[in-house]
Amino acid sequence: MMSTDLRSAMGEFKVHRVRFFDYMPSGIRALAFNQDTERMAVARMDGSVEVFHCSDRFFQEKIIPGREQCGIEGLSWVGERLFSAGLNGGITEYDLTNQKVKYTIDAYGGPIWTITGNQQGTHLAVGCEDGTVKLFEVNEDQIQFERNLDRQKSRIISLSWHPSGSKIAAGMMDMIQVFNVETGHSIHRMLADRGAGTSRSKECVVWSVVYLSDGTIITGDSVGMVKLWDDQTGTLIKSHNVTKCDVLALSVSQNEDSLVAGTSEGIVVQFQFVSMVLEKDDKEWVRTRTFRNHTHDIRAVAEITTAVVSGGMDAQLVVRPLLDKIEVRSAASALRKIHFPHRRLVSCARKSGLMLFQYPGHLELWRLGESEGKGTPGSSLFVKRNPEKLLQLKVKGEDHIRCSAVSPCGGWIVYSTASTLRLYRLHCDNNNISITKISKLPKVLSSANQLCFSSDSSHLFSASAQSSVHIASLSQSGCKFVGTLKPKSGSHQAIHLLAASEDGKWLASANSDHEVHIYNLQTQKAHCTVPVYSSAVTAMGIHPATNCLFMMHADQQMFEYSIEQKQYTDWSRTVQRKGLHRFWVERDTPCLNVMFNPQNPSHVILHDMYMLCIIDQSLPLPDDKTQFYNQLTLKSLTEEQRKSQSHAFKVCKTFKDILCVELMPDQSLVVVERPLEDIATQLPAPIKQKKFAT
Amino acid sequence: MVEESDVRVVRFGGSKINFRPPIISTDSRYPFVLCTSGDSVKVYSTRTEEWLHSLQGHTNQVTGIALNPANHLQVYSCSADGTVKLWDFIDGILIKTFIIGYPLFAIYVSEKHEGIVFLHIGFQLVAVHLPKSAEQEVEAKELSAVSSHISPNPSCTAFGREGQYIAFARNLQLNVYFFRKQKTYSFSLKATDKKGAKNAFTCIACHPTDDCIATGHEDGKIRLWRNFIHKKEYTYSTQHWHHNAVNTLCFTPEGTNLLSGGIESVLVQWQYGTGNRKEFLPRLGGSILHVSASSDGQLFCTSHSDNINVYFFRFFLMLSGDAVLTDLMIDPRSKALVLNGKPGHLQFYSLLRDKHLYNLDIVQQEYIYEAGLDQFEVVKAAFDIKGYWLATVEERGQKSSDLEFFLKLWSYDERTQSFVLNTTITAAHTDRIISMCFSSSEETTMLVTIAEDGQFKAWCQGVDADTQQDQNFWSCDFVGSYHNLKPTNCSFSADSSLLAVSFQEVITIWSPDTWELLTTLCQPPGVIRDLCFGRLSCSKYLISTTTRNLLCCWNLLTCALEWSTSVEVSKLQSDPLSENVAAFSYQSKHTDLFVFKPNEPRPLFTHKNVCSEKIHRAVFVPREEPLNNCDESSQWLNRSQLYFLTQNMLLHTPAHVLPPASVLCSMFVSSLLISNTGEMESSEQEMNSEKEEEDSEGEMEACDSQQELRAQGSVDEVTPKLSKAQERELKRVRKTDFSWMAGLIDSKP
Repeated sequence: MMSTDLRSAMGEFKVHRVRFFDYMPSGIRALAFNQDTERMAVARMDGSVEVFHCSDRFFQEKIIPGREQCGIEGLSWVGERLFSAGLNGGITEYDLTNQKVKYTIDAYGGPIWTITGNQQGTHLAVGCEDGTVKLFEVNEDQIQFERNLDRQKSRIISLSWHPSGSKIAAGMMDMIQVFNVETGHSIHRMLADRGAGTSRSKECVVWSVVYLSDGTIITGDSVGMVKLWDDQTGTLIKSHNVTKCDVLALSVSQNEDSLVAGTSEGIVVQFQFVSMVLEKDDKEWVRTRTFRNHTHDIRAVAEITTAVVSGGMDAQLVVRPLLDKIEVRSAASALRKIHFPHRRLVSCARKSGLMLFQYPGHLELWRLGESEGKGTPGSSLFVKRNPEKLLQLKVKGEDHIRCSAVSPCGGWIVYSTASTLRLYRLHCDNNNISITKISKLPKVLSSANQLCFSSDSSHLFSASAQSSVHIASLSQSGCKFVGTLKPKSGSHQAIHLLAASEDGKWLASANSDHEVHIYNLQTQKAHCTVPVYSSAVTAMGIHPATNCLFMMHADQQMFEYSIEQKQYTDWSRTVQRKGLHRFWVERDTPCLNVMFNPQNPSHVILHDMYMLCIIDQSLPLPDDKTQFYNQLTLKSLTEEQRKSQSHAFKVCKTFKDILCVELMPDQSLVVVERPLEDIATQLPAPIKQKKFAT
Repeated sequence: MVEESDVRVVRFGGSKINFRPPIISTDSRYPFVLCTSGDSVKVYSTRTEEWLHSLQGHTNQVTGIALNPANHLQVYSCSADGTVKLWDFIDGILIKTFIIGYPLFAIYVSEKHEGIVFLHIGFQLVAVHLPKSAEQEVEAKELSAVSSHISPNPSCTAFGREGQYIAFARNLQLNVYFFRKQKTYSFSLKATDKKGAKNAFTCIACHPTDDCIATGHEDGKIRLWRNFIHKKEYTYSTQHWHHNAVNTLCFTPEGTNLLSGGIESVLVQWQYGTGNRKEFLPRLGGSILHVSASSDGQLFCTSHSDNINVYFFRFFLMLSGDAVLTDLMIDPRSKALVLNGKPGHLQFYSLLRDKHLYNLDIVQQEYIYEAGLDQFEVVKAAFDIKGYWLATVEERGQKSSDLEFFLKLWSYDERTQSFVLNTTITAAHTDRIISMCFSSSEETTMLVTIAEDGQFKAWCQGVDADTQQDQNFWSCDFVGSYHNLKPTNCSFSADSSLLAVSFQEVITIWSPDTWELLTTLCQPPGVIRDLCFGRLSCSKYLISTTTRNLLCCWNLLTCALEWSTSVEVSKLQSDPLSENVAAFSYQSKHTDLFVFKPNEPRPLFTHKNVCSEKIHRAVFVPREEPLNNCDESSQWLNRSQLYFLTQNMLLHTPAHVLPPASVLCSMFVSSLLISNTGEMESSEQEMNSEKEEEDSEGEMEACDSQQELRAQGSVDEVTPKLSKAQERELKRVRKTDFSWMAGLIDSKP
């Protein structure tokens, strides 16, 4: 466990460098891309499902937390509905509006290895351990079992529909079967070769299968081969040896001219359907590019319009753009690695120096350490009192935590899962910590999408269904429901961000339809709605002095909206008119927190995964010609020259892999880091590969 | 026998044949292999592995050969002398000469383009229509530029499927020019990527039936490009096995395999279309420079940095020597020339047949083909007089401070007919061994080594102190030094009764029997460089050369200086069968040869301007049968021939003039030949001869330096008349600086 280094950085702030949040992202198990809505659904090992918006810089729009013992094996879109199936034998449909599980039905075929919907959107096919392929009809609000295809002897590992919906190819142990959907009978049985030598005795697992419209069936197997079969004759056309270990995932592009294969060595291999003789039609699948962005098994790949998305055991989602399909090269088309969720997992009791860390199955409460003396900028200070873990709160039930918060005074802790919301009163007398659960909660507080305390800790705001926010007042005696805030109009998407003003007058909520509603807490009425911007809000905050709402969007644009005047501020208009610096817009992680410095009202503090930035609204904005990262240059200049050179953006890259930054009342910063190297060391060992010259 | 009256220097053989890719002829059961070799093309038979004949006629370096697509028994060759010649290579007949008038650097032909050859002039690729005319010599006037900015490396240009397009790469750009559309597509790579890959193109090959271009890169990657008629949707796959630059790529004629080679000296065969399935043919000798395949795909021909060609797993070696560290020696048994061969080997080379005999592995360690590795090299070798013992010194760490070296003694095994390691001495001296020699007496063999630690040591087949038995192994017999001075050379007298060791400016004479210092001889100034005792009637003389241009002859009976003369001698070599001593003197950028007898200061024979380089290695080779020659000036060659090794010194040639072909060949052995009759008294002989002469011993190639000088002059003289447009097109060519060509030839792969 890391200790808190108390450091003096940027000359201005004392920094608590927190490295004891042992956040472990969960490995990626399945990917499903929806071409129409440009959404990528990601299923993780812990059973959580996330939805990323591909054209909005891969912002993590929706998170549906998982459950214990719920291993998802397959994910499939049917229209705009998302289904998953897992080894617990059930098929689950998700309610994406409210970000929760809609229902789960049992397929009665043992563990399910794969699920796939046909292109017509009428049927779902699941492959079960007992050797059956089960067809489910997709109805308005439910799915209904239709029938089984011919039962096989071994389990069905992978399935793929022919685009016409009349045939299904199934990958099994040692073979591939092609079924006629109409009759349910097998048309072809194709045997996959086992490996040579000692692996001869091991079964060949056909991990992945893709059925193309021209009748070609492509399979990836545990021998490391990508094989092409003809469904007319049931014969092997060509085989490519991709790796010595397994080919775990395959994905074909929409127009079927490109195929990607993910292997357990962590490489993605691209195949392209190119004509061997130029300007002639006899095309062949040829292995072309190799992408090495993963260290561990790739469990899922998806080729989307302009990129290859891959994910695996190393828990990072890699978006590798295909430059030949991109019209204009821009920040949106850069290689992107998503390590951390685009949500805050840390909340901070600013007044009492407590930190609440949210793990999937438990919460941890820590007290920050204290330092002594003063140091030169950049030096570390002596730690007088070590940080201390006060509390570990385990979640009751199987559901994982969706959101949590600690009140600014440090007296309340609240968390919510998909099914329950729990509020605790925290008593802290010197070294004795005790919590009591508030037993009688108002009924409306049964579950929340987002939780937030008012700045004086007197109220709890709980975002729930239909974009509404419930208010509960907190007192020694308990929790009392006060009222519900509802937007006048707009969508019913779940709220993912809440921001309360310092003076307790305003509350802002942002939902996944990019809407930001502002409520007057005194009248408990909707005050206004910020004009909807095309990109999702990633972070927002209300300025304590001016009561302006400062919003950061996924495309790195920033807006400042005056709540009282119900319009954008002049500064915000200037920013929009002048445009932001190229370097700022090209950053690839969203800003996750907006803070204000009470000592210096013109300062706005932002952070993303790689940097910490202070925007000084009193300074001129940089244009594309000015040097953006000018901290070092400024250091070398004299005081007077500095004035002419400095601009509004002061970026600090001292910290890496930042999960959270908070500004404490005593002008110290808390920076919660989670070094990626630490995550890598906790992953299981990857497949051993021979490296040249070792 | 043609009568000839003078002594000539004749290029003997072993010239550089790896300058350009060799080609394998198509027809016949036993194809021929053609290689460029200086200003000629050599034809070898794959059946006998023997050299057949040379296609001679070019007056400058031959820069490219290509089979005539219309007639597979004919070959085009192009040369820096500005001509393209068409040959019948089976009979060695010159059919036609096309005069282009500009130095040519490579030739490419394609079946699709009949009557057209593509030539590399300057930085341009030019299509030349070969006029159909019955005349022997025709001027080709129809020139049209295909592209400018061609890489100087000819392997960076290749014809695509059916000659429809030509692909050429230069630095980081790949260009594909389609003849029908007359359009060029360009693709560039970044100079380096994040991982530090060096992406510059090094070679190119096109698939014979598919539209696929294979390119080799500086960092060892091979890329296969497809779909290259699209600006954006072009695609390539990358394969990586070589750890250093890929030198050559070649598709087999059916297109099923891709062959690649590099410094690793491993021929890699990639199966086309199956990703990275590959097979290896390792340990082929030097690093691979070129690979070519025969049209039936049965034979592959690789050409290596050390001139070895491998055909289909059979060895076919030429006298190699990019880095000759040892002296030239003659194996007393086989009369073969011995010098460095493959890395860590000594090669035995038959001078009679101009053929490599075999390699003797001295280092006996795996050689690692990687740039920048310091590995053991044989630096010294010596035979005893009967050829029963061979002493070798191998060394590592010449560049760095931690020097490692071994002295090894090898005895000849009658049964296996080769040398067998007898003794390895790990720490013979505390510092580098400078020189060594065997005593020349018949009874006892003794080896003397001198080293930079200031000592000389005598090594004998010792008597074991414990068992009192004669044993076969070598041990140190005596350690001598003189005032802690650094020894520079050593030599035994002909009867082995005296050992001369030079220490800086002093020559010490020792008696090997008693190890008594008999006398010292000194004639400052200058450090002694070479030492040699006179033979036969001149046994009383000792000749020494110094670094300060002094050649001294000492009379050992009087211990006095007999005579001395001021001449800068770079190499002194005595003939073991006569009194004669040959001295190579390097003055004002050319080397002169003097032959003299120690008893008189007047040279027997003088040959000015033997070559333009400094000579460091020479050897007298005894003739099989002595000649009966009474010509006073050539009598010294009656019993032996003098061979010497030259090295190119391209750095001193003016940048805009191409050096003569003899210099372009990095190395060749020259021999002084003697004519059978005729006399000439003068010491300054005319060197140019009119007739070629077949020597009784079968010297194959003759070419004298004077002719070459004339050839050099003619390069710029011939300018054919051109149309205005053509002149404009080629104006750039004329202005182009050809100095890179010199660098190209000079550079060792």
